[in-house]
Amino acid sequence: MRALWELVRRDIVIAWKEGGTLGVALGFYLVVVVLLPLALGPDLNLIARIAPAVLWVAFLLSALLSLGRLFEADFEDGSLDVLATGSLPLEAVVAGKAVAHWLTTALPLIALAPVLGLLLNLRPDAYGVLVATMLAGTPAVSFLGAIGAALTVRTRRGGLLIGLLLLPLFVPTLIFGIEAIGAALSDADSFAASFLLLLAVSLAAMVLAPPAAAGALRFQLQ
Amino acid sequence: MELGPHAVYIWSAYGVVVVTLAALIGWLVADGRRQQRLIEEIEARGLGGTRSRR
Amino acid sequence: MLVMQSLTQRLANPSNFMALSARLLPWCWVVAAGLIGSGLYLAFFGSPPDYQQGQTVKIMYIHVPAAWLSMLIYTLIALSSFGLLVFRHPLADVSAKAAAPLGATFTFLALATGSLWGKPMWGTFWVWDPRLTSVLILLFLYLGLIALRSSIEDEALAAKLTAVLSLVGIAILPVIKFSVEWNSLHQPASVMRLGAPTIHASLLWPLFVMALGMTVLFTALQLKAMRNEILRRRVKALRRIAATSAADLSQQPAE
Repeated sequence: MRALWELVRRDIVIAWKEGGTLGVALGFYLVVVVLLPLALGPDLNLIARIAPAVLWVAFLLSALLSLGRLFEADFEDGSLDVLATGSLPLEAVVAGKAVAHWLTTALPLIALAPVLGLLLNLRPDAYGVLVATMLAGTPAVSFLGAIGAALTVRTRRGGLLIGLLLLPLFVPTLIFGIEAIGAALSDADSFAASFLLLLAVSLAAMVLAPPAAAGALRFQLQ
Repeated sequence: MELGPHAVYIWSAYGVVVVTLAALIGWLVADGRRQQRLIEEIEARGLGGTRSRR
Repeated sequence: MLVMQSLTQRLANPSNFMALSARLLPWCWVVAAGLIGSGLYLAFFGSPPDYQQGQTVKIMYIHVPAAWLSMLIYTLIALSSFGLLVFRHPLADVSAKAAAPLGATFTFLALATGSLWGKPMWGTFWVWDPRLTSVLILLFLYLGLIALRSSIEDEALAAKLTAVLSLVGIAILPVIKFSVEWNSLHQPASVMRLGAPTIHASLLWPLFVMALGMTVLFTALQLKAMRNEILRRRVKALRRIAATSAADLSQQPAE
């Protein structure tokens, strides 16, 4: 457990010092969210109605940008080989990196989301639900993203390929997240069900993604 | 054959299927012939050739 | 189960597979042609127009088999991937590699015929019907497999990584289908559902025959594609041998 925490701490420190990837992700989030109202025109009602969807989709795209680098640096300088043969099982290494990604990239994006919600005229009672669904659903993004990152770690310009691979995997999280927000806003009964499903997908991803990603990495480290 | 007012959709659907499957079969057959030809070429040229050069 | 095991064991040798498939293939083509031919005859001359949809229900006879095949082929790829990673079956990767473009093709056909069926019914080519939507996502899964494989030069590594991807895909596919259904259940606007909920018996027979015929056709295509892939690998191996023996030759002193 100590070793795992050390790994997470190390990744957080590296992400903090380097800062570039996070900056790009935040900037990208902002740009995408700004483009939509520009394209749609001044119909504030329309923009407000689609605001939760825009915030979620733009989040996924921004996360995609950062996920490609998840294993890249360690793969290239050989640290991944060391980690793979170390005391920590590779599955735990993957989990640790996914957690670090969530803490250093997903959380800042989630923090930015309500601010961008202002730009999109988001309904006042939607802010809480939006953040809640993002907190519950984004672990799936980090963990499933680790699978995509592991499969494309060798590809130089893996940026687009990882998107093609991961977007189908993100569909359940996206749908349950949006459903939960919609249900909460329209006072429907299905909020609890949608939210629990969202959480379930995240938990399942946290359990099932590390073995898959570790397997993919092992094939490439031999 | 009375196919009703939407006949064009029925024909288009069947047409897409026929054309696509025909193209698929054609590609598979052509690819198979090409690989077979390559094998015969290499076997005739490469391995036999080194021996005859002695 | 044991029969399957011994069958796959006997077919593990590529030469055995080539011999067996050479004998099977002509029969597959013939049976497929026969089944599809009689299916088409039944569809056009043996079945009445649907009460609600008129003659456009005849598109069902190609749409439903294509959709069913798109699912079956992905399952085949997942099974092949399992065979590769767990049993290291020599032909597992050949099967998976051959099936991916075939699966993508049938998925495309399901989408094309589905939207051509939807236009006369709903007035527009695409309505995000849950079934069609999950078929569309399935197409992305296929394209992902093909793209991943082509991005890796080392054939053995590509085999293993696409195997991992296809197993991840088959695991998440039920979740995706469920979430898409969930989505349509909770939308405020009612989304019409494609497909005849009550299929009259006279419509069932042509459908069954067409589905069977298309499946046999796929079997023929798969066998052919696997044979092509085995030949392709043979070409690569021969080229490597020819190159190394030429290199040896160039090492010898001039006579």
